[in-house]
Amino acid sequence: MSAVNPAIEHLHEPHHDAPPRGITRWLYATNHKDIGVMYLVFGVLMFFVGGLLAELIRSELLTPTMRVLSPEAYNQVITIHGLVMVFAAVMPITTGFANYLIPLMIGAPDMALPRLNNWGFWLLPAAAILLVLPWGLKLLGIGTGTIDTGWTMYAPLSIQAGPGADFAFVAVLLLGLSSTMASINILVTIAQQRAPGMSWLKLPVFVWSWVVTALLLIAVFPALMAGCVMQIADRHFGTHFFSAAGGGDPVLWEHIFWFFGHPEVYILLLPTTGILPHILATFARKPMYGYKAQVYSFVAIGVMSIIVWAHHMFTSGLPAGVEIYFMLSTMAISIPVAVLFFCWFGTIWRGSMTFETPMLFALGYIVLFGIGGLTGLVLSDAAADQQYHNTYFLVAHFHYALFGGPIMGIFAGLYYYLPKMTGRMYSETLGRWHFWLTLIAFNVVFMPQFLLGIAGMPRRIPDYALQFAPLNMVSSIGAFLLGATQLLFLYNLARTVFGTAGAPASARVWEGSSGLEFTLPSPPPFHTFSTPPVIE
Amino acid sequence: MNAVTEPHHPYYIPRPSPYPIVLSAALFLLGLGAALRVNALAAGWWALGLGALLFAYVLFRWFGEVIGESRAGLYRAQEDRAFRWGMLWFITSEVVFFASLFGVLFYERNIAVPWLASFNAAHTSWAPFSPWPHFTAHWPNSGPAGTPFEVVNPWGIPALNTLLLLSSGVTVTWAHAGLRAGRRLQLKAGLLLTVALGLTFLGFQAHEFAEAYRDLGLTLHSGVYGATFFILTGFHGLHVTVGAIMLSAILVRAWKGDFTPEHHFAFEAASWYWHFVDVVWLLLFVFVYWL
Repeated sequence: MSAVNPAIEHLHEPHHDAPPRGITRWLYATNHKDIGVMYLVFGVLMFFVGGLLAELIRSELLTPTMRVLSPEAYNQVITIHGLVMVFAAVMPITTGFANYLIPLMIGAPDMALPRLNNWGFWLLPAAAILLVLPWGLKLLGIGTGTIDTGWTMYAPLSIQAGPGADFAFVAVLLLGLSSTMASINILVTIAQQRAPGMSWLKLPVFVWSWVVTALLLIAVFPALMAGCVMQIADRHFGTHFFSAAGGGDPVLWEHIFWFFGHPEVYILLLPTTGILPHILATFARKPMYGYKAQVYSFVAIGVMSIIVWAHHMFTSGLPAGVEIYFMLSTMAISIPVAVLFFCWFGTIWRGSMTFETPMLFALGYIVLFGIGGLTGLVLSDAAADQQYHNTYFLVAHFHYALFGGPIMGIFAGLYYYLPKMTGRMYSETLGRWHFWLTLIAFNVVFMPQFLLGIAGMPRRIPDYALQFAPLNMVSSIGAFLLGATQLLFLYNLARTVFGTAGAPASARVWEGSSGLEFTLPSPPPFHTFSTPPVIE
Repeated sequence: MNAVTEPHHPYYIPRPSPYPIVLSAALFLLGLGAALRVNALAAGWWALGLGALLFAYVLFRWFGEVIGESRAGLYRAQEDRAFRWGMLWFITSEVVFFASLFGVLFYERNIAVPWLASFNAAHTSWAPFSPWPHFTAHWPNSGPAGTPFEVVNPWGIPALNTLLLLSSGVTVTWAHAGLRAGRRLQLKAGLLLTVALGLTFLGFQAHEFAEAYRDLGLTLHSGVYGATFFILTGFHGLHVTVGAIMLSAILVRAWKGDFTPEHHFAFEAASWYWHFVDVVWLLLFVFVYWL
C-alpha cells in the first residue's frame, strides 16, 4: 500500500537501545513494545482463565442434573466467564497489538503518551483482581461470591445481587478508565506521530481499524461508567434510577448497557478485521483489494454501531415502532460488513495462496464469523427474535461472532507477528494442528447449540430437560477438546518465546509481507524510528 | 503534515516511571475500599484512606516530574501537540459522560414516567388492574411510591451560581490574556479571582444541598427527580472541585514564575477544563433547575 523508501535510515543511539534490566523494565515501562507485550501476555493469561470457566460451565452441562456446581456458583461462573473474555482477554490482546504495531506501522518512535500508556495497562490487573476477589472473600466467610447476574448486569436483579456486584461495577469503572486512556493515546499517536508522507489514506488498514475502535471507545464507554455509578447508587444510596417505585425504569439500564454493549461488539471485532487483510494479502501474494472501501466500511460500521443497540432488547417490551427501527438499522449494518467480506474475497481471489498457520486462521475467521454474521441477521428480525432470544441459538450466534471473529483473528495475528516480535519462527506443524483441532472442536461445541436453541433450550440455566441431553453431551465433549487444543497453542508460544528451537526469522518474515514493520529486523530493536522514515 | 516543515527533534520518550503503576494501585485501593465500604465492612475505610493518600502522593510526584521536564525544555512543538490532543480527547470523553447523565434525565422525564402512568389511561382495558391507580405523569416526580418534596427555586442560589461561574470563565480568559501579553500580575489576579469564584460556587452549592435535605425534603431518596438532580449536580460539583484544584496548582506555578507567553500548555488545559465545566453548568441550569 504505502511504498517504503528503500534508503530508510535506522538511527539508534546505542546507549539508549538496551532495554532497562530487571522487573522494573515491565513495572515502570514507557516503551510501546514492552507495554504491548504486557497487554498480550495479560490477555492470553486471562483467555485461559476465561476458558477454564467455560470448561466448568460445559462440565456442569455435560449431563442433566446438577453435578459440578451449585446453581448460585453456576450463575457466577457464567457471569465472570463473559466479563473476563470480553474485558480482560479480547480487549487487552487487541490493545496489545495496537501498542506494539501502530508505532511500527506509521513510522513513529513510540506512542505519543508513554506514561499514560503504562497507566492504562496497569489498571487492567487491578480491575481483574476486583472482579474475582469476591470468591476469595467468600472463602473467608464474607459475602456470597462474585456477581451472578450475567455479564449484562440487568436491573433489578443487579440491584438485589450480593456484594460481588459492587466489586464488578467498580471493576468496570477501572476498565472504562483504562480503555479511555488507551484510546486517547492511540488517537493522539495516529494523528500526531505519523512519519512524513504517511498521509491518512496511506495508513495501514490495521491502523484505520484502531482509529474507529478508539473513537467508539471514547464515544460509548463513559456512558457505561455513568450507568455503573447509578447502579451503585440504586444499590446503596436509595436512588430510583432503575426502580419503578420511584418513577425509574429497569429498561433504562438495558438502554445504557447496550448503548455501550453493541458498539463493544465492534470494538472487539474491528481490530481483527484490520489485521485480517494484511494476512490475506501476504499469503495470497497480491496487493490488498479495496483499501478505501475497507476504510469507509470501518467508519460506516463505527457510526452505525452506535444507533442499533436495542436489537438486544426485542424481548424487553419496547413499543413496536421502536423495534421496527432497530430491526431495520441492524439489518443495514450488515451492508458495510458485507463490503469487508467482499474485499477479503477480492484480496485472495486468484492469488498464489499458501496456507501457513496465520492464513489458516484468517480463512477460518471468514467462515466462522460469516456464520456468526448470518445468524445475527436471523436474530435481527424482531419477530423471529421473540422465539430465539433467550435460547442457546443466541449463545451459539455470539460465540460464532466473537470466537469465530475476534479470537480466530487474534490467533491469526499472533502467529503472523510472533516471528516479528521474537525473531524466531513458531512450529508450523503444531500451529496447523492447533488450527484444525480448534476449527473442528469449535464447531462441535457450538453447532449443536444452534439446534438446541431452535428446539427451545433456554440459556443461562444450569440444568435442562432430558430431550436436550445428547446434543449437550456432544457440545461438552467438543468444549473439552477445544480447551485441550489451546494447550498446544500455549506450548507453541512458550517454545517460540523462551526456547531456541525455532528457525531465525528474517526482517520480512513472510515472502509476501509488506509494510514498515517488515523493514525492521526481527525482533525489532528496543527503540525504532527515532528518526522517522520517509514515505513516498 | 506539519512535521515536514519543522527541523527534526527526536520525540521525547520519558524514562521508565514508577508513577503509572502506583496510580493504578491507588485506584485499586480506592475501588476496593468503596466496594467494601458500601457493604458496611470496616476494612473499607483503611483501603479508602490508604488509596486516597497514595493517590494524592502519586499525582503530586507525577505532575512534578512532568513540570520538571517542561522546565528542562524537553517538550517542543510535537510533544505540545500531543498533550493538546490528549486533553481534548479526555474532555470529549467527559462530554460523553455528562451527555449520558442528561440522556438519563430526558429518558426518565419524557419516557419512563409517562410510560408508568400510561397504565392508568382510562381508555385501556388494563386500567382497572393498574398497580398505581393514582399515579399521573408530571415532572418533578418521585414515582408511585415516592414521598412529597419541593424543588429548588432556580432564581435563588442557582441563578447566582450561574453568574459566579460565568464570571469565572471571564476571569480565567482575562488571566490568559495577561499571560500572553506578559502581564504577570494580571495572570495571578485573574487566576486568584477564578479560584475564589469557583470556591464560592462550591460553598453555595453545598448550602443548597443542605437546604434541599433539611427544608425541601429533596433527597437521594426522592424518586427519579432526586436521583437525577443529585447525580447531575453532584458530578458537576465534583468537576468544579477538580477544576479548582487544577487552577490552584496553576496559580502556585504562576507565582513561582512558570509559564511564558508562548509556552503554557498546563494553563490552557486547566482553562479548557474550566470552560467545559462552565458549559455543563449552563445546561444544568436550564434542564435541571429551570425547565
